[in-house]
Amino acid sequence: MTVLYLGLLVCCFMCLYRIGMGPTAPDRAVAIDILGIVIVGFCGLFGLATGKDFYLNIALAWALLSFIGTIALAKFLEGRGFDE
Amino acid sequence: MNEIIGYILISIGILFNLFGCIGMVRFPDVYNRLQAATKCVTLGTILLLVGVAVISADGPTGAKAIVCAVFILITSPTAAHAIAKGAYASGVPLWEKSIVDKYAQEKKDETAKTQGA
Repeated sequence: MTVLYLGLLVCCFMCLYRIGMGPTAPDRAVAIDILGIVIVGFCGLFGLATGKDFYLNIALAWALLSFIGTIALAKFLEGRGFDE
Repeated sequence: MNEIIGYILISIGILFNLFGCIGMVRFPDVYNRLQAATKCVTLGTILLLVGVAVISADGPTGAKAIVCAVFILITSPTAAHAIAKGAYASGVPLWEKSIVDKYAQEKKDETAKTQGA
């Protein structure tokens, strides 16, 4: 079980490296998107380990918010308003 | 038996996550990074959630994990497509060793067609 957590933690740190070092703004947007998905996986593992199902609620909400945030970032990168 | 299958699925999923993140760190340009990271991490997280659902098959955890997996399967490619289009529109150049740029060719064909008509 610890190995699984460690693998996901290494993924998170790689995403943080790309967020910090990414040369352009789209690199950072990609890394933020991937970090959100990895955290959804983390919440799934927590729900399995503790046997409590509210972690999966957190995972659902996190996936939703991550998707909306990524779409907003992409619109911003494209240089258009949010209502087009 | 369920636990063994579930943990095997979770391990494969986390391996895919790791490979995707290594690709995101190592590849040279935004589009390569996007391609590596999105596909691998989507598949890995879906495998992880399916593994969770297999282990806790009865009860709300499994059902919520399946819902979450379907949601990620729908939204993650959409977000990646939007980021790729935004990156191209904001003028991020391709890697210098990239060979083909179909999107630019298609745009050029479209402008030629509209000018011809």
